[in-house]
Amino acid sequence: METQIQVIDRLRESFRRGISKPEQFRREQLNSLISMIRDNEELFLKAVHKDLNKPKFEAIMSEMDILFNEAHYALSNLKTWMQPEYVGKNMATKLDDCFVRREPLGVVLIIGAWNYPVNLTLIPMVGAIAAGNCVIIKPSEVSAATESLIAELVPKYLSQECYAVIRGGPEETKALLKNRFDHIFYTGSQTVARSIMQAASVHLTPVTLELGGKCPTFIYGKVDFKAAAQRLVWAKFFNSGQSCVAPDYLLCSRATQDALVPAIIEALKKFYGEDPQTTPDLTRMVTLKHWNRVMEQLKSSKGKIVVGGESNQEEKYIAPTVVVDITADDSLMDQEIFGPVLPILTFESLQEGIDFVNTKEKPLALYVYSDESSVVRKVLEETSSGGFCSNDGIIHMAIPTLPFGGVGVSGSGSYHGRWSFETFSHRRACMMRGWALERLNSLRYPPYDENKLSWLRWTTSPKSSCNIL
Amino acid sequence: MSREQLVVERTRKAFLTGSTKPLKFRIQQLQCLLRFITERRKDIADAVHKDLYKSEHGTELFETLGLEGDIQLAIEKVWEWAAPRPVEKTLLTISDEVYIRPEPLGVVLIIGAWNYPWAVTLKPLVGAIAAGNAAVIKPSEISSHSAKLMEDLLPLYLDKDLYPVVTGGVTETQELLKQRFDHIFYTGNCTVGKLVMQAAAQHLTPVSLELGGKSPCFIDKNCDLNVACRRITWGKFVNCGQTCIAPDYILCEASIQSRVVEEIRKCIKEFYTEDPKTFKDYGRIVNQRHFRRVVALMEGSTVALGGDRDESQCYIAPTVLKDVTGTSTVMTEEIFGPVLPIITVSGLDEAIGFINEREKPLVVYVFSHDKKLIRRVITETSSGALLANDCLVHATVSALPFGGVGNSGMGCYQGRHGFDRLSHLRSCLIKKLNMEAVNSMRYPPHTAKKMGWVRFFLFNQVSVCRLRRMALLTLVTVVAGTVWLKYFTSNCRNTLSDTGGRSV
Repeated sequence: METQIQVIDRLRESFRRGISKPEQFRREQLNSLISMIRDNEELFLKAVHKDLNKPKFEAIMSEMDILFNEAHYALSNLKTWMQPEYVGKNMATKLDDCFVRREPLGVVLIIGAWNYPVNLTLIPMVGAIAAGNCVIIKPSEVSAATESLIAELVPKYLSQECYAVIRGGPEETKALLKNRFDHIFYTGSQTVARSIMQAASVHLTPVTLELGGKCPTFIYGKVDFKAAAQRLVWAKFFNSGQSCVAPDYLLCSRATQDALVPAIIEALKKFYGEDPQTTPDLTRMVTLKHWNRVMEQLKSSKGKIVVGGESNQEEKYIAPTVVVDITADDSLMDQEIFGPVLPILTFESLQEGIDFVNTKEKPLALYVYSDESSVVRKVLEETSSGGFCSNDGIIHMAIPTLPFGGVGVSGSGSYHGRWSFETFSHRRACMMRGWALERLNSLRYPPYDENKLSWLRWTTSPKSSCNIL
Repeated sequence: MSREQLVVERTRKAFLTGSTKPLKFRIQQLQCLLRFITERRKDIADAVHKDLYKSEHGTELFETLGLEGDIQLAIEKVWEWAAPRPVEKTLLTISDEVYIRPEPLGVVLIIGAWNYPWAVTLKPLVGAIAAGNAAVIKPSEISSHSAKLMEDLLPLYLDKDLYPVVTGGVTETQELLKQRFDHIFYTGNCTVGKLVMQAAAQHLTPVSLELGGKSPCFIDKNCDLNVACRRITWGKFVNCGQTCIAPDYILCEASIQSRVVEEIRKCIKEFYTEDPKTFKDYGRIVNQRHFRRVVALMEGSTVALGGDRDESQCYIAPTVLKDVTGTSTVMTEEIFGPVLPIITVSGLDEAIGFINEREKPLVVYVFSHDKKLIRRVITETSSGALLANDCLVHATVSALPFGGVGNSGMGCYQGRHGFDRLSHLRSCLIKKLNMEAVNSMRYPPHTAKKMGWVRFFLFNQVSVCRLRRMALLTLVTVVAGTVWLKYFTSNCRNTLSDTGGRSV
């Protein structure tokens, strides 16, 4: 079996030979990736079910179809993305060709996450392949069944010269990061991200970090509680709250809370039945460690459980739970919950809520539910977050034209659609000067004088790039 | 609490007041910055002359001219850059607002360099201000006169709480790097670049690193050597070779090496006179440490022209080395001085191989009339930028991103690129609470029928733009068809009446 270094060297050699660069090759590989998922749909569904008890619906929507969408989108647009982009010039360079060329970076590393083990490992890979790189993917070992399946199928479907899967846990990842890559794409936690960025700094490797944080949800002003509750419940308890963009906690007034809670309870009943433990439509916590983490947070909370709270350790099951009477220093406000527990904090005014959120780190997503556009606008303008969605949750991730990424400690860089292609490309500025008009160049050669300078001021000013010619 | 900590805290407090958000404020600050450059032109020129022996015209040409252009562009365009950017929607979001909102990051740290102490420190500041950030500016202590002037005068023009200048050396920079910023923009060398990124990792702060490297310059033996060498000579010896995008070394076939040397000799005489040491438009090495560094690099190589030096003045004559090899001392690091090695190669293949064996540079230069040859260099090498048939001037085109790749850096700036780099491009999906019935297909309990609907609506590839295009195409076809039919039928009628009704 190859060592990590051997794998990397092999891919580097393939990149040096230019195998991954031609458009045709990239198309073939993207098509193979689509076939890989399509041919083995059942196996993938089984694997994510084993790892997370993920229902078929969720798996198809958030793992498979979204991946098909990205791959098809890349295939449809690849030709355009690969074209040189001609740009505006100034007077001095009017007769020259100035364009920006998207070029592959080289050998890139993608470290996936366990909560959407197919999506978060293979969607970045779509961008990396489309951009002409050689790619090493390191799926999360926590979602072991999916990791195993990806490791088995990728070499069967994709070019082994250009793409490889490396498996392992923290030790193997640490060793992997000692090597040099041309880009590292990581999805996961802030703590690990710090070590990744440190490791990347040794080789001056640029990084894209898709992290998380506590995504707040505001509910203020006039609201259709039924609609809001349904959307909120869907977004929160999708994958049992194990989404980086899941609404982490709610902020509303006491009166809103009183109206909202019954609507949430009703929505929960409608979606998951009287006993959510028996519905096939709810995932489970990925590992006992994570189950313990969330249960600990819940147990230490000083809030009051208004619905849910049941759990089963053997199944790693936690019922969809809503907790009220939460204060800012509650255990549920300590860290990202990443589980099916929804705390509600009450602030009588929207401004107080906004001020509170602004004392915290910038989250990956921020939500607001309101029928009043002034409320939505106020929240948008007075907060900062990776992404923003009003009157719904997590769905903004499915729009390929929107860049998906964080800000501050919720991440840096973005991807999806063309943004993935750009992330894994180098934008090379190219300029083709002519040989003629050398006399014009003499304006810039020494000896310098005022006369030459005034001509140069005119020819190189951005204003002189107006279209006289 | 250290001075640096206090400054950063004060800057953050100033940012949190929200005063940088309104575009009017940003424009006003940019106008103040422009006024600073234009009113203090003489002071700036004096400082640069003391730092680098650059003439007043030289300073305007290479420092402030470009800067003024950048500021004017930002003033003109910030409304456009900062406006929400609608994106293509999908079928399900057809009635929603979907756009990207550029937002300020917060407090940006800008660490400048000494070679173009004004351009390289203030250009990123233009992007930072335009994007609505506050910025802590740390000019290089090596160009000490410029640093002092910036510290004294900038607060008289810009808001001193939002854009403070912090001077100091290594210790002060290290202390600054311990603080938390929302972006760090560093221009300098790879070694420090790594330390900056390492420090940034503590706070997960994104970085832009404008570094350097050895920028190769390939000369095709069939090109107009006279013109090529004029442009190369200018590009190399500007600022005494202390330019991150200076052509570092030449690659050419042995058959033209002598001619190249001769042409360069002629140009040096034309540009810098017989005695560059006494000529006002020829600079100096910034300090003795760098002087000794550059002189040491020449060891073991054959001087084809120049080579004179004077440590007391940090003067090194424009120098060309010939018959240099890949293992010569001068090829071990970026020269950043007025020494131009020529390495002979058997042809383009060897040149490309030579370039690719080394770290990706900030720019690759190629001089040729042969478009195919240039194309090969483009497709078979990688670099921050590529410029064919000239040197340095790609940096004057604000629409081109300026930045490196690999060891030559990460991130880019200039014009809109600087604005975007120092902004957060926030994805926004603005929905309403109506049409809730449509959402029921995605809610549990899940059924196969619901799955079918979700697959159609959520993941249908038909985009709104495409629908519009199809509708437009249909309309055009119908109109064209109607017009043609009318024309054809009226023509037929006319023809029939001309021919007395007989068919043709």
